[in-house]
Amino acid sequence: MPVVLAVVLILLVVGSLVFHFLSPWTFTEIATQWSLIDTTVDITFIVCGIVFVLVNLFTAYCVIKFRHRPGHKAHYEPESHKLEIFLTVFTSIGVALMLAPGLVAWGDFVRVPEGAMQVEALGRQWHWSYRFPGEDGVFGNTDVRQMSPDNPLGVDPADGAGQDDVIVSQPILHLPLGQDTHLLLRSTDVLHNYTVPQFRVKMDLVPGMVTYQWFTPTVIGTYEVLCEELCGVGHFAMRSKVVVDSVEDFADWLDAQPTFAETEARPVGDAARGVTAFLACTACHGPQGQGVAPTGDATANNGPKLAGQDTWYLRRQILNFQAQRRGPENPVSQPMMGMALTLASPQTLEDALAHIATLPDEPAAPTILGDTEHGRELYQTCGLCHGDAGQGNWAMNAPRLAGMSDWYLRRQLVNFRQEDPAARRGSHPEDIYGDQMNLIGVMLKTDSAMDDVIAYINTLP
Amino acid sequence: MAYVAIADRDHEQHLHDPQTFIEKYVWSQDHKVIAIQYGGTAIAMGVIALALSLLMRLQIGFPDVFNITPYNYYQFVTMHGMIMVIYLLTALFLGGFGNYLIPLMCGARDMVFPYMNMLSYWVFLLACIILCISFFAPGGPTGAGWTLYPPQAISEGTAGVDWGIALMLLSLAVFIVAFTMGGLNYVTTVLQARCRGMTLMRMPLSVWGIFVATILGLLAFPALLVAAIMMLLDRSIDTSFFMPALMLAGDATETEGGSPILFQHLFWFFGHPEVYIVALPAFGLVSDLLSTHARKNIFGYRMMVWAIVAIGALSFVVWAHHMYVSGMNPYFGFFFATTTLIIAVPTAIKVYNWVLTLWRGDLHFNLPMLWATGFIFTFVHGGLTGLFLGNVTVDLPLSDTYFVIGHFHMVMGVSPIMVLFGAIYHWYPKMTGKMPNKTLGTIHFWMTFLGTYAIYLPMHYIGILGVPRRYYAYGDTDFIPASAHTVNEAITIAAIFVAVAQVVFFICIFYSLKKGEPAGPNPWKATTLEWQTPDTPPKHGNWGKELPVVHRWAYDYSVPGDKEDFIPQNHPVKPGEASVGA
Repeated sequence: MPVVLAVVLILLVVGSLVFHFLSPWTFTEIATQWSLIDTTVDITFIVCGIVFVLVNLFTAYCVIKFRHRPGHKAHYEPESHKLEIFLTVFTSIGVALMLAPGLVAWGDFVRVPEGAMQVEALGRQWHWSYRFPGEDGVFGNTDVRQMSPDNPLGVDPADGAGQDDVIVSQPILHLPLGQDTHLLLRSTDVLHNYTVPQFRVKMDLVPGMVTYQWFTPTVIGTYEVLCEELCGVGHFAMRSKVVVDSVEDFADWLDAQPTFAETEARPVGDAARGVTAFLACTACHGPQGQGVAPTGDATANNGPKLAGQDTWYLRRQILNFQAQRRGPENPVSQPMMGMALTLASPQTLEDALAHIATLPDEPAAPTILGDTEHGRELYQTCGLCHGDAGQGNWAMNAPRLAGMSDWYLRRQLVNFRQEDPAARRGSHPEDIYGDQMNLIGVMLKTDSAMDDVIAYINTLP
Repeated sequence: MAYVAIADRDHEQHLHDPQTFIEKYVWSQDHKVIAIQYGGTAIAMGVIALALSLLMRLQIGFPDVFNITPYNYYQFVTMHGMIMVIYLLTALFLGGFGNYLIPLMCGARDMVFPYMNMLSYWVFLLACIILCISFFAPGGPTGAGWTLYPPQAISEGTAGVDWGIALMLLSLAVFIVAFTMGGLNYVTTVLQARCRGMTLMRMPLSVWGIFVATILGLLAFPALLVAAIMMLLDRSIDTSFFMPALMLAGDATETEGGSPILFQHLFWFFGHPEVYIVALPAFGLVSDLLSTHARKNIFGYRMMVWAIVAIGALSFVVWAHHMYVSGMNPYFGFFFATTTLIIAVPTAIKVYNWVLTLWRGDLHFNLPMLWATGFIFTFVHGGLTGLFLGNVTVDLPLSDTYFVIGHFHMVMGVSPIMVLFGAIYHWYPKMTGKMPNKTLGTIHFWMTFLGTYAIYLPMHYIGILGVPRRYYAYGDTDFIPASAHTVNEAITIAAIFVAVAQVVFFICIFYSLKKGEPAGPNPWKATTLEWQTPDTPPKHGNWGKELPVVHRWAYDYSVPGDKEDFIPQNHPVKPGEASVGA
């Protein structure tokens, strides 16, 4: 047994080293100036690696060399001051070797360089949005009580400094290459964490205060943002992207983003004018927006119920279709890309939305049957965004489900679950809310699970 | 009247031997029975937590096969963590081994307050029951993660916000009451009830580890109690201790001015010492296992004692290393990184001294020795990765990734559990009078030792890659290659393998109870007092008519010139013999 144990210990040491050097899982390619962090990690690996090998090989040596044999007796030596002092000093040196570069790098991290560009990242369950301070270089005040579908960041309209703030309510941030970036972090509900693995740094977002991190992007590219502080059931689906652009591309992008004042000045829809704009929609969605269910005839028009759906959601989806973030993935939805362009003018779009909001909201006829009890259990997860009654919630970016076309929900669940990215709704790199449903939709693994949850939604008032 | 130690008044004591079955085995005030009640309950809770971890792993490894929702997944994560840390490890080390070993190793007849000791167990059981009720409550148990950070823990959007979190906080509060009753007992017993001759510097390291850990617990748990009560108030009557003004799912809250970070400071002011509440007893027990089976005194006993005390003291000034990226004032990072890396020094000394205990020893690879040697390996691994996370800069890329999971499971999961199994096999003959089956125990060891390493070594590397922890699903994330998903499958298979290994443990324990060889009073030829009892298993009162008297330290193994390779602590020092630790 001791021989086996010693051999296993040696094999584990060798195996760990082999694993370390051959493992394909190493740091991602660094994309900021924080190479000092990587250096500190390397030093730590070397120091700890040496200790790991020495201690364990010595243990293996003792296990073999001093295993019990007849007549063998242990040496009697209660303590050895010299040896203990040597080991203490040796350990202290190793520790200092790792701590010193660590503290130096931390000193760099806590002090943001002068002239760094400020950007705010706002996290809330389970989305990101961004804000730049605008021409005056000063962020306007914010207040969670000001948040609404039209002011999702909660900028205080009474604060003059906020009028020119640039609002990026889509969860994709662009940054210029080589620019020191001071990322201010704000949460309006629970803790979150802003992490881009390639940037190396991360920091929690804490409601009630503003935290920060800083970095200088060094490589052009698109990077995924992950929330790394558990923030509720949707934590794993709280995604965003950072695009590092050339300075020119960044300037173009920033120019195209609206200021807070512009978002406040959105055209007001006129329901009466919207009747005309909506005419084109009625062929598929029905004259009252009540939806047209598919029939056996594959060439017949069909479209989901729109009446009663949240205005902010319809607006977002029409903009998605216009920009082809939605539509290409599925032959059934492809025509909608062209149809959405009939509402290309912002005023026409708002008119049509205003008209839809006036249409009578009768619950769509259920067409899907399933085990509602099982569906209720599954819906526990869904309800956190879509609401216990399936009523939808702008703050969660979740549309209404209850009383809407159930066959359409079913079709979309299938679309969200497609293996092939080309056929999957939400696979467009800019459709991050759609991608969120890809992540959460995996919980509905079978056709019957989808039927069950939709059958339950049909029971909701 | 002058103070008289409890041992000196032993002849005045009247032990009331329990007469009925209920007094003996249910409402028992005997520390040995209470130890086994504590241990059995803790292990039962551990089995629940183990099952939850498998459900988690099945989702991560084979997401397309098993029907687990995100809502349930986070509940499993939370309950697994909390049960393992508090209801298994803390309860088993202190309530189980603390109870069993302190009176026996110190030469006492029982704990100083036997009635309170009994209450401690029953209140602990109540805490376990309250926690288990949350599985059946509407909305199920809390899914807030074992750290229970507000505002998330008490907000819609987290599982179990109706009943689960309230039951969790209540259960913790009840647990702390139970722990306090037990803990005061352990400390008082060590300080007041040692037999004659048992000076503090003659105590076995097991007692030192449990003793210092208990003091840590008595100082640290109140911070958790306070945090739990405050959060319960935030939850139930809308106070704002931890809650600033929020917009939750589109609704503005009435709360204002509270600090989520305050909770984290309170939690980790408890939570970091908690790591040592588990680790110090493990350090102590494994020292005695190594010394006994190496037939050699523990190397540097005095240094080992001071290292335990130093680690215990330092453990109160390192807590915010769990919070480097929490948004607290970043200048704290300098202080806490320094204290954290300093604590590595006494910890390293302990490791050196364990290894030096093996050096020039006469190593008998009995079951406990296998586990103890395995512990050295797992603890070195887990301890060294702590130097990554403790060093504030290195923590930046690694925090909240699988590296953290790998680290703390090696150092706080696998390592203490290696010691627990070693200790169970070591003291099993004293508890039952039977030897544990060596074949079964050996199979159990190899499966557990190799299986756990197969689980946790790869986790460090996918953590370095940047894979975040506490994710229900990963989707198509560009920087996560398909190979990382393959490794997740492998980890899950290893986890199932380790779970099966624990079935072998139960078979071994019950088989040995029926068919095990009679152990006799001192099968390992150990020096400490619990092996010198007149009866095995020891009877109520432990020592028969006369209390033992101690003449030497706990580590007289292979003393030159002695026929036997061990001299029990209660053997008088021979004329001319140099006695250590007088």
